[in-house]
Amino acid sequence: MSVSVQAADFDVGAEIKALANGRTDIGAVVTFTGLVRDMAGGEKIADMELEHYPGMTEKALANIEAEANERWHLQATRIVHRFGKLTPGAQIVLVATASPHRGDAFEAAEFIMDFLKSRAPFWKKEGTPDGGRWVDARDADEDALNRWS
Amino acid sequence: MQVLYFAWVRERIGVPRESVESSAKTVAELVSELRGREARYDLAFSDMTAIRVALDQELSDLGASLVGVREVAFFPPMTGG
Repeated sequence: MSVSVQAADFDVGAEIKALANGRTDIGAVVTFTGLVRDMAGGEKIADMELEHYPGMTEKALANIEAEANERWHLQATRIVHRFGKLTPGAQIVLVATASPHRGDAFEAAEFIMDFLKSRAPFWKKEGTPDGGRWVDARDADEDALNRWS
Repeated sequence: MQVLYFAWVRERIGVPRESVESSAKTVAELVSELRGREARYDLAFSDMTAIRVALDQELSDLGASLVGVREVAFFPPMTGG
């Protein structure tokens, strides 16, 4: 289990390699990578500023990761979440899960992403031609959480 | 106690954090005390359904006790990922 909250970009290939770390008992690695889109609500996005709550963010992500490890048979998990000003196409978040069989890895990765959306203290501000705009939480994200309870 | 603000709550109040002397026993009492101080707090806390609160970096709620709490944070619903 490992969590990083950082301004720097990440290398998905290197993260997968580090996750397996020479082990030969892992049968499946699932990764999810979130990227900054260039459009939102019909408007062109120049950049996205990610604000976070240092200290609480790391704790919240570690709690979500621990919960996933309790629910599924996982051999390794990794969460990397960036903050700061990002431009369209940039990587924002990585979730990687490893398990003996794919089912657990797939489900756990989706669970972690669903929780991270509305339970990790990040806030996004989109830079549009009309100025900065805070991204509202979506009801769909809250609904996505409820299916795990 | 230290009071922290994030995202548009921070922008409306104008500072990211401040030290607050208060005898408020609950989060709700602290909010009403702050709203009475200045218009910028009143504006930031005008719709409490849009505000989330964390006590010592754990998600909490308006009714929660502030006894022993060192850090209170107010922010809009989170948008990670």
